[in-house]
Amino acid sequence: MLNQNQAADIFERIKKHSTADEVEVLFSGGKSALTRFANNIIHQNVAEENCVVSVRTVYGGRTARSTTNKLDDESLKRVVQSSGRLAKVQQPDSDLLPVPDSCGVGAPAREGLPTRHFAETAAITPQQRAETVKKIVSTADKHKLTTAGIVSTSESVEAVFNSRGLHDWHTQTSSEISITMLAPDSSGWQKANSPNVANLDATALAEIAARKAFESAKPREIPAGKYTVILEPAAVLDIVGFMFFDFGGLAILDQRSFLNNRVGTKLFGDNINIWDDVAHPLQSGVPFDGEGVRRQKLQLVENGVIKRLVYARATAEKMKRSEHKDKVGPIEPTGHGFPLPNEMGEAPMNIVFGETPKPASVDQMIASTERGVLITRLWYIREVDPYEKILTGMTRDGTFYVEDGKIRHGVRNFRFNQSLIHMLSNVEAMGTPVRASGEESFDMVAPAMKVRDFNFTEVTKF
Amino acid sequence: MKDIASWALNIAAQRGASYADARIADDRSRALSTKNGKVGGASDSESFGVGVRVIADGAWGFAASDDLGRAAVEATAARAVDIAKASSRVKQRDIQLAPEKPVTAEWTTPIQIDPFTTSVEQNIDLLLKIDAELRAVAGVTLAETNMNFRREEQWFVSSEDANIHQTKYTTGVGYAAYAFAGSEIQKRSYPNSYGGQWQNKGYELIGELKLLENARRVGEEAVALLKAEQCPEGVFNIILDGSQLGLQIHESVGHPIELDRVLGMEANFAGTSFLTLDKLRTLRYGSDLVNIVADARQEHGPGLGTFGFDEEGVPAQCTPIITDGLFTGYLSSRETAHNIGMNRSGGTLRAECWNRLPIIRMTNISILPGDKPLSREQLIADTSDGIYLETNKSWSIDDKRYNFQFSCEMGWEIKNGKRTRMLKNPSYSGITTEFWNSMDAICSRDEWIVWGTPHCGKGQPQQVMGTGHGAAPARFRNIKVGSAYKGT
Repeated sequence: MLNQNQAADIFERIKKHSTADEVEVLFSGGKSALTRFANNIIHQNVAEENCVVSVRTVYGGRTARSTTNKLDDESLKRVVQSSGRLAKVQQPDSDLLPVPDSCGVGAPAREGLPTRHFAETAAITPQQRAETVKKIVSTADKHKLTTAGIVSTSESVEAVFNSRGLHDWHTQTSSEISITMLAPDSSGWQKANSPNVANLDATALAEIAARKAFESAKPREIPAGKYTVILEPAAVLDIVGFMFFDFGGLAILDQRSFLNNRVGTKLFGDNINIWDDVAHPLQSGVPFDGEGVRRQKLQLVENGVIKRLVYARATAEKMKRSEHKDKVGPIEPTGHGFPLPNEMGEAPMNIVFGETPKPASVDQMIASTERGVLITRLWYIREVDPYEKILTGMTRDGTFYVEDGKIRHGVRNFRFNQSLIHMLSNVEAMGTPVRASGEESFDMVAPAMKVRDFNFTEVTKF
Repeated sequence: MKDIASWALNIAAQRGASYADARIADDRSRALSTKNGKVGGASDSESFGVGVRVIADGAWGFAASDDLGRAAVEATAARAVDIAKASSRVKQRDIQLAPEKPVTAEWTTPIQIDPFTTSVEQNIDLLLKIDAELRAVAGVTLAETNMNFRREEQWFVSSEDANIHQTKYTTGVGYAAYAFAGSEIQKRSYPNSYGGQWQNKGYELIGELKLLENARRVGEEAVALLKAEQCPEGVFNIILDGSQLGLQIHESVGHPIELDRVLGMEANFAGTSFLTLDKLRTLRYGSDLVNIVADARQEHGPGLGTFGFDEEGVPAQCTPIITDGLFTGYLSSRETAHNIGMNRSGGTLRAECWNRLPIIRMTNISILPGDKPLSREQLIADTSDGIYLETNKSWSIDDKRYNFQFSCEMGWEIKNGKRTRMLKNPSYSGITTEFWNSMDAICSRDEWIVWGTPHCGKGQPQQVMGTGHGAAPARFRNIKVGSAYKGT
């Protein structure tokens, strides 16, 4: 895998090929492996090594990017020239800022960032992944179920260098297990990931998925309508993840955000507090943004009130000149920008829900529910209405009817059409936030939630 | 390139692989975009590498590397074999591949103009002119345009002596106007939403679409939607435009016919399928008018699923999927074909790039147009009471592909054969087979277009693939409309 000295050498070679006013180079890559199983066998098993170099040049207020994974001199020269050709035909952009200098902007201390590189995870072999799959299959066999899923590990690097002297570097490892257990007419699911493979317990995850599968067997159809629901953490992140792209300053300037004219207003319940914090012990990811600006810890939502937006450098400057400047809270670069040039600006991607003073476990939420639905996982979520933030999607892999404080039986899966604004205003109880992983949104630190009046509109056939 | 592939195949054989193939791919793309009168993005990208797929000890292994030096290629092949042997620790039976005659072949997308030879300056200028037209409409608050080109050159060499050199070109272009007022955001797109129209064509596609000519209308429609009536809730006859019908095919036919889903191989992520094997040639999927094919051949059209050979060297084919309403075929591969009694793959194994394992993907899943001449306007004139829905806004379907819900950017009320008033936020929902059995009219060849779906996700690690969907406007009876806003 690429090391810092090699990256610095490549950056120097790129600079020599460039006649641009400014140059910025992003590095990303590493090695990854994923063992996939289904029908109680390993059916796909892959590994990859790749390193990508992405060059952005600036000529007189004009910029463009060119990317390659060929690291020979001729290829590096070609991408530098390609980037220049794309930049030079444009009109100068008055919003484009010089690349940031080595001080960064508002850089928090990097020392607070937990270690996210674990040698044991980087060294995992195909044989070890296969042994983990064996444990999962054994659990499936024990319960007479069929299983499918993945066991994956990776080691990656992200780096940024620019011609004003900024350079930053991040390496980490990742590991992930996702398990579906299938019975003839039901299924259960669990997923977990961590930078440290030692934190993952395949057998425990398999047992929970198996229990969900056999406990939801022979699902009954109950009518669509409004129900109190208990959303497990993965289901919470699946649905709430759809709102965070609207917390970028550029989304407000573009008037495509559901927070248009709503920053500073109370949009959710008192019990909703949301942070973006890349350094949180349960978070993962890179501590700097697409320009190399260090990510700040921010409280986005405080007691239901929309408090802060996140900003790339150029967006912050634009916002300060805009008609919105007095209505959107503090305006400063926060280290959440995407690599330039782009149309999306920025977004918070390290979401951490605030702890509630009286957390309730999922079992306690069930025990306190007269009539409701327990949801393991949501699926195929899409936005129906961008301003009311109505989302549609399905339940999947473990949906249960709850009555008089007990799980009664599995139910056929529902389609929901639900406003996120209403949902986060109707949260009656929350658990302790945990690192959660789904398939519809990015990983986050999220709690289980008990929500009243969740809107199911249809029932499917299984 | 054959030498590089040979390094991989030789090492794979030496380490005990009973089958191996090597795919070397050189992928190049360009993305241009504008937003509100400025360049939003301008980028070039290239990716080059080798993927080695092997069977050893009766199980699969795959490894890929961006380093095409001999030592790295041989190490990659050795890693693939090592992985395959690890896979064999959790197997029940040996992998068997359906036979395929190996070929030596060359194939290239027939294009008129190589998009990478066109002027970037002129392309940005065109996008900015469209952008200006959109924003010339009072009330348009955001205008976005995009133009994308891709060239994928690939060399496939197998231990069975296949040697195929294939180059595919893709062009995509589109734009959207947004209008925000009060508590509402409305949007109109052209020629389709989420990136416009994409086809396996050269730059000639850009000139065929009348992009600038339609921009003012699209901007006006986005603003008009703010004042349009909310689409009612109830049961209605609906007419879907061709692009929306293309996505309906993608979600409720294309995915459920993937044999890997049917066999449970995607159960953890993309899901399974209601089309269990007992339904082949027994299930009445749709009405007699429904004829759908999976056709990767050039003569089908320039869909994103058009190619010469799939990623295990099987030539492009046409498979009847629904024939006069009867379910007649799946998408298959060399590994899975025997499950449906076939002794040959249907040729649908595709990979996003060199670093991804090929998996079963849609090719061009297209509904055939009606035999009798029928234009869109004639179809509307033939409808006494209904709703015409145009351009997808959102899409969702369950993990077995039964229950779906789509919403569109714009609807029109139809009364006595005429479009009467614009409707905003139209949506419809249903159960797949009930829906297709309700189709009672489809327009003829003049209205038939191969639409591109460029960002279909599937697999772990996830792969993004382009698929094609030929479709013409069609009518469906007694469909549930408006549930998306019910109770919210």
